[in-house]
Amino acid sequence: MAKVLMKGNEAVGAAAIKAGCKYFFGYPITPQSELPEYMSLELPKVGGVFLQAESELAAINMVYGAAGTGARVMTGSSSPGISLKQEGITYCAGAELPCVIVNMMRGGPGLGSIQPSQSDYFQATRGGGNGDYRTIVYAPSSIQETVDYVMEAFDKADLYRTPVLILADGMIGQMMEAVEFKEPKKIDLPEKDWSTTGTKGKRTHNIVNSLYLDSELLEKHNLKLEEKYKLIEEKEVIYESFGLEDADVVCVAYGTTSRIVKNAIKLSEEKGIKVGLIRPITLWPYPYEIFKKINPNAKGVLTVEMSTGQMIDDVKIAVEGKFPVYFNGRTGGMIPTPASILTDIEKIAGGIK
Amino acid sequence: MDEKVIMAGFGGQGIMAMGKLLAYAGMLENKEVSWLPSYGPEMRGGTANCDVMVSDSMIGSPVISHDATAALIMNLPSLLKFEMDVLPGGKIIINKSLIDVETSRKDIDAYYVPVNELASELGNPKVANMVMLGAYVELTKIVQIESVLKAFVKVFGENKSHLVPLNKEALLKGAEAVKK
Amino acid sequence: MTIVYEKSKGLTDAQLHYCPGCTHGVIHKLVAEVLVELNILDDAIGVAPVGCSVLAYDYFSCDMQEASHGRAPAVATGIKRVLPENIVFTYQGDGDLASIGTAEIVHAAHRAEKITTIFVNNGIYGMTGGQMAPTTLVGQKATTAPLGRDEALCGKPIKISEMLATIDGARFVERVAVNTPANIRKAKKAIKKAFECQIKGEGFAIVEVLSTCPTNWGKTPVNALKWLEENMIPYYPLQNFRNFEEVK
Repeated sequence: MAKVLMKGNEAVGAAAIKAGCKYFFGYPITPQSELPEYMSLELPKVGGVFLQAESELAAINMVYGAAGTGARVMTGSSSPGISLKQEGITYCAGAELPCVIVNMMRGGPGLGSIQPSQSDYFQATRGGGNGDYRTIVYAPSSIQETVDYVMEAFDKADLYRTPVLILADGMIGQMMEAVEFKEPKKIDLPEKDWSTTGTKGKRTHNIVNSLYLDSELLEKHNLKLEEKYKLIEEKEVIYESFGLEDADVVCVAYGTTSRIVKNAIKLSEEKGIKVGLIRPITLWPYPYEIFKKINPNAKGVLTVEMSTGQMIDDVKIAVEGKFPVYFNGRTGGMIPTPASILTDIEKIAGGIK
Repeated sequence: MDEKVIMAGFGGQGIMAMGKLLAYAGMLENKEVSWLPSYGPEMRGGTANCDVMVSDSMIGSPVISHDATAALIMNLPSLLKFEMDVLPGGKIIINKSLIDVETSRKDIDAYYVPVNELASELGNPKVANMVMLGAYVELTKIVQIESVLKAFVKVFGENKSHLVPLNKEALLKGAEAVKK
Repeated sequence: MTIVYEKSKGLTDAQLHYCPGCTHGVIHKLVAEVLVELNILDDAIGVAPVGCSVLAYDYFSCDMQEASHGRAPAVATGIKRVLPENIVFTYQGDGDLASIGTAEIVHAAHRAEKITTIFVNNGIYGMTGGQMAPTTLVGQKATTAPLGRDEALCGKPIKISEMLATIDGARFVERVAVNTPANIRKAKKAIKKAFECQIKGEGFAIVEVLSTCPTNWGKTPVNALKWLEENMIPYYPLQNFRNFEEVK
């Protein structure tokens, strides 16, 4: 199929429909509103339903209900709205309901700003709601990747019976790039024999539920979930990396910031500094292993984020104290510049005292 | 080729559309492209600007940060805001119809084009943005005029294809203005 | 030997956990019987709330989902929009529906969501131990209103049926009670109508059922029934507020 020029938010919607998603429950919020707008126009054309809920809380619980019937379903929002959705996300995790949730991050805390940000990393990668759970988190850095991973997200959600997050930011949501819609991969997925579609008198009732009043049963359920998360950690890590083996400095960045870092790396090369990159594409599970490939003589690892430093915790876990870890970040909708990153790279390569 | 263009003006001057047309035209010519709008709470009448990149190679950051190869400036506030973002040796095209000052930069190539008057000469002041785009395309040859016109139908739909001749005239008028 | 009475097929064999004298059991039975009598049990999907009836998913023999507190109408909306041919109902208490879940119930009604809601109003938070509900009567004692509900502090109890009856999308709204055999029969009739409203695709339907909580009211089951009649019914009159068969 030929390439089309699409806005990130609309591309998310188009990819979801291509992946067989027919239901979207949402609530407007800048900078992701083009997603519900797109869905309201396009879903009825494929026999699906778009519903604008009365709140983010209602929207995510509509997702819960729809996912409980086995349907492919999506919701989207931006940071403050995702906070409201956390209630439903933990219920979906507990009841093992597959669904896809998009967060086009904006500045926080509270109402924050409407400009791009990456300050929901903790919330996204540590579960976000109450209880022992994780959600798969894809952090695409281009519209093409956004489209590819939205499609993949539905498969992984079904495969593991888990909510999956697409964590991007206002920039990805608002920008336009050329994108190609490839045919989704066909993978074998388990039957949704747990879904509530009416017994038809042919089976005992199915129950979609996250409540286990008996402590022993809840522990058993928690351990079952944990086993699933371990399997995801083993199988679903995705990242991009280059130049690690002979790097003087290694940068770590995801999503929008990784693009800015790539510009800075180009500038560093012109100055003769060897800079490697680790770009996690799944933020959970996190690509801890690839950090072992870093040149043992590297001077340090530089984490670049649009936050005051959240992913840096995972970077510190990953380097196991072998390298000093530095941070370059802007917040509130401000965007790091290649020049400032270059300055930090030069300082690290030169040996910081 | 690695063009990074800032387009800026008032909301309603067709800034975003101009950017989309350039990006789409680049894509039709198999180039790498990105279009990044500024966005804010004001829906009409505020400032509007977008960063457009057209390149032969993968585009890194879609954000222009003091490294624009060109700036298309449609009003005075935009001149003051963005003239310093152009790289030395870069281009700035200034809408002379609305801006009666010159750029303070001596290290960039400046072009002063009365895009509103030229559009009015064509009978439709709305195509001022296309006059501006025509001037830019002429100066950089970044895409073919024909690609912009193909993009026009893609961006605005088949039902607007009757406007293609007018927009072609506007593009050519802009091109002519900087040829002299 | 002929069977003259048996437990409804709409209920499972699970033992109910409700306190002695609680009328949830009666209401469960009525809902189950209606599902069987209307021949919709096999297509029904119920949504249980958070509150005393949280375990309702174990008691109804149809497919069930457990919602988070107050969100049952949103969950039911999600189900019904995917499966419009199925019968979807919520079973909610007064803390769930009239307090934390007011937005969800109001908007489900506004959208004329084709679902049926059974709203059990016993004027108190039962499961958490007798705290004040938005439906607690003025002067009625609760663990968070130890001297009785103070109108100056908390306002008057909320009348959900009267409020929802102002909404066009709510096509069937009726308040009933289960304190006497005669009222139980009326309650069943209303519940049946509320499901028929959905079957006919009319719109949102709700039955508010005045119910007792002997444990948290501190009364014997019999006195609780009497208290309901003498205190709740005067404030919460039993009547039909909207009927799809009459209003168009």
